[in-house]
Amino acid sequence: MQNLTVDPASTATRSAVAVRSLRKSFGRQLVLDGIDLDVAEGTVFALLGPNGSGKTTTIGILATLLAADGGTVRVAGHDLATEPDLVRAAIGVTGQFSAVDELLTGQENLILMADLHHLGRAEGRRRAAGLLERFELTGAAGKMAATYSGGMRRRLDLAMTLVGDPRIIFLDEPTTGLDPRSRRTMWEIVRELVARGVTILLTTQDLDEADELADRIGVLDHGRMVADGTAAELKRQIPGGRIDLRFTDAAALDSAAALLDGASRDEAGLILQVPYDGRARSLKDLLDRLDRLAVPEPALSVHTPDLDDVFFALTGQPRTEQDGPR
Amino acid sequence: MTALSLAARDSATMLRRDVRHALRFPMMTVSGITVPVVLLLLFVGVFGHALSAGLGTPLGASYVDFLAPGILVMTAGFAAEATAVNVCTDMHTGIIPRFRTMAISRGSVLTGQVTGSLIRTMISGVLVIAVALLLGFRPSAGPVAWIAAAGMFALLTTALTWLTVAFGLLAKTPAGANSLALIPAFLPFLSSAFIPASSMSGGVRWFAEHEPFTPITNTLRGLLTGTPIGSSAILAIAWCAGITLGGYVWARALYNRGG
Repeated sequence: MQNLTVDPASTATRSAVAVRSLRKSFGRQLVLDGIDLDVAEGTVFALLGPNGSGKTTTIGILATLLAADGGTVRVAGHDLATEPDLVRAAIGVTGQFSAVDELLTGQENLILMADLHHLGRAEGRRRAAGLLERFELTGAAGKMAATYSGGMRRRLDLAMTLVGDPRIIFLDEPTTGLDPRSRRTMWEIVRELVARGVTILLTTQDLDEADELADRIGVLDHGRMVADGTAAELKRQIPGGRIDLRFTDAAALDSAAALLDGASRDEAGLILQVPYDGRARSLKDLLDRLDRLAVPEPALSVHTPDLDDVFFALTGQPRTEQDGPR
Repeated sequence: MTALSLAARDSATMLRRDVRHALRFPMMTVSGITVPVVLLLLFVGVFGHALSAGLGTPLGASYVDFLAPGILVMTAGFAAEATAVNVCTDMHTGIIPRFRTMAISRGSVLTGQVTGSLIRTMISGVLVIAVALLLGFRPSAGPVAWIAAAGMFALLTTALTWLTVAFGLLAKTPAGANSLALIPAFLPFLSSAFIPASSMSGGVRWFAEHEPFTPITNTLRGLLTGTPIGSSAILAIAWCAGITLGGYVWARALYNRGG
């Protein structure tokens, strides 16, 4: 845990969030079983895990909504247990369930936040207008939030979080339930925030999302951190993608298998599984080699690693919906 | 800025939010005065003559003069019921956890709601008095007595609002909050609001003589129509202060329980 009063030159390695041995139970159910995590200032950390793995509980504790049973947490250099208000002043939180006032308009919601940050009338209005513009909500600014679509509501939610200009933002499953376009928009917003030096801790069930956004990924399973590293480090631990080639006869399968090293055969389905690193060149090479074989053209499907593969690799068991609170 | 002025500023922000809600959905406020107005019409127009005849002199010349202060008490009760439902509904929306993660005065959410309810109930009280005047209510109060009556009504409303805010926080569903808040809404029936406690019988009479709404009703009636008040005023103020304190402590504890 870093002391924030030390030499400013060490900024790059300072922890915005430092968690040690965090524990939490709900009744008899152990939800967090000694979590450690560090988020360096100005970086994105993704907590990856299925429902019930403890992601939302972790965010709830860091956001001062839930009390921990054990362990220490420092956010923005402040101890969560003794200085919750200083932590609250440094963070912004966008949870899984929309934290907007549905009976107010988009603009009123933003001005409410500005008032609670004591920004003053003119500055509050200016900032609200800026955020409405940036989040493509200007047209709906005067409509009640209850009438917003899911994507609009999520954008308003995040915009409200940004009114106070927080240095650390917690995003709990920011793209769950969003359509692909809204998801892209959300990703762009996250990147933009990081470019401005904001620290982001987000949770996701989606390996692609963690891969896209995060500098570091922590994999949470049954309340334990089973892996923590960069996306590249994590991927080395999991089986890569593969290409499935489905042939029409056994002879073709045999000749292709002889040609392609490292491929595994599924005799019953006449399928050859070829390891694949996701690069276009590798695919082209594979197709060229298949061309040279004088066999009927196989059907081809690409399988990229997903969270199931990560979980299988890290926990040795297939991913199942885990019980209990998130 | 000092902690106190920040708290006042946050509470004012929360009050603006509450007023916006009320203006956007005025039905809750309007429905709060429907029951008292219907009761006023029913008891003055339908039962008025029979009640005056049966009860005789203690009521004086006009039953509406006797009833109007009681209906005013009932208005506070029904308005408080709406408060419980409002608070319960609000507490289950996502904005409340957001407030909890912000560095704002902890009590401001509740203070805003209580102040908003207080304003709405005072307005309801004025409307109910206006209807009573139309029905022939002729209060004898001078300006000082009117101000004292308004003060009594405000005390009552504050007490009931804090109590029903606690109900709203306690209940898991708005329907549950509504049921709990029916207690203060209906207790005036078993008080001196409709007929004098002395004309009741047995256990009901004992209850009516000892429950808070009787001295509160008697005080308001005394102030507005000049009937004797006696020890009712001090009892009424004591009850209101006690309920306010209890409701406030309870509501704060329930609100802070979540975080």
